[in-house]
Amino acid sequence: MDLKLDHHSEDNLTIVDVEGEIDVYTAPRLRELLIDLVNKGNFHLLVNMEKVDFLDSTGLGVLVGGLKRVRAHDGSLELVCTQERILKIFRITGLTKVFGIYASVEEAKEAHGRDK
Amino acid sequence: MATVELTFSALPAHVRTARLVATAIARRTGVAEAILDEVRLAVGEACSRAVEAHRLHCPGEPVRIELRDDSGRFEVTVTDAAPGEDVTPQGLEADGSLMPEMDNLGIAVIAGLADDVEVLPGPKGMRIRMSWPASSHGIGAL
Repeated sequence: MDLKLDHHSEDNLTIVDVEGEIDVYTAPRLRELLIDLVNKGNFHLLVNMEKVDFLDSTGLGVLVGGLKRVRAHDGSLELVCTQERILKIFRITGLTKVFGIYASVEEAKEAHGRDK
Repeated sequence: MATVELTFSALPAHVRTARLVATAIARRTGVAEAILDEVRLAVGEACSRAVEAHRLHCPGEPVRIELRDDSGRFEVTVTDAAPGEDVTPQGLEADGSLMPEMDNLGIAVIAGLADDVEVLPGPKGMRIRMSWPASSHGIGAL
């Protein structure tokens, strides 16, 4: 399955919906989108990974790169993910301590609202 | 000892094919369904690393992957033909530059996933061998 990307903004939070496989072939497209969003002043990103079938370390690198970019603007990059197969790679690499990971977009929006 | 060998051009698009082939053969060999995701991810990591190494050093050379049913274990060996050990494709910044703290993340992921891993760097390339337990009742054993 290819990678489908979509995004929309709610208040000052930009929600990026990702569907499909994030690997060495498709990750550059996600990287470009994140760079574009940050360049356009979107510094609070929420990446919804509920429809991601596959994620490898190239994808992790893109997410970490995006996080570094938004943090340079006092922003945030958080994730929505409940799939065990995806969460496992975050645990193996210790990145569960780096990203805020939420069970739903609503939960993430609530937490984001509290932090504002 | 049933062996499947696959060689593919060093293109990122082919990594997915290698993952699919490895998963199919792992299933046929009798690897438990619960472990198949780990096989898919670990093989993908090893192939991604090899593809990036080839693109840097020898883009015309194919990447080789060998899948073997070896006395109750499913063994995968990914071999690249790129000299040196300076390939860190997974550690890229958002702008494409190298991110030192993400060096060898792919290898770390493989080590976290595979039951048994051996990374053999050499002057003519790197070989990553990994294996998982397989049931003797796999389809391939019939």
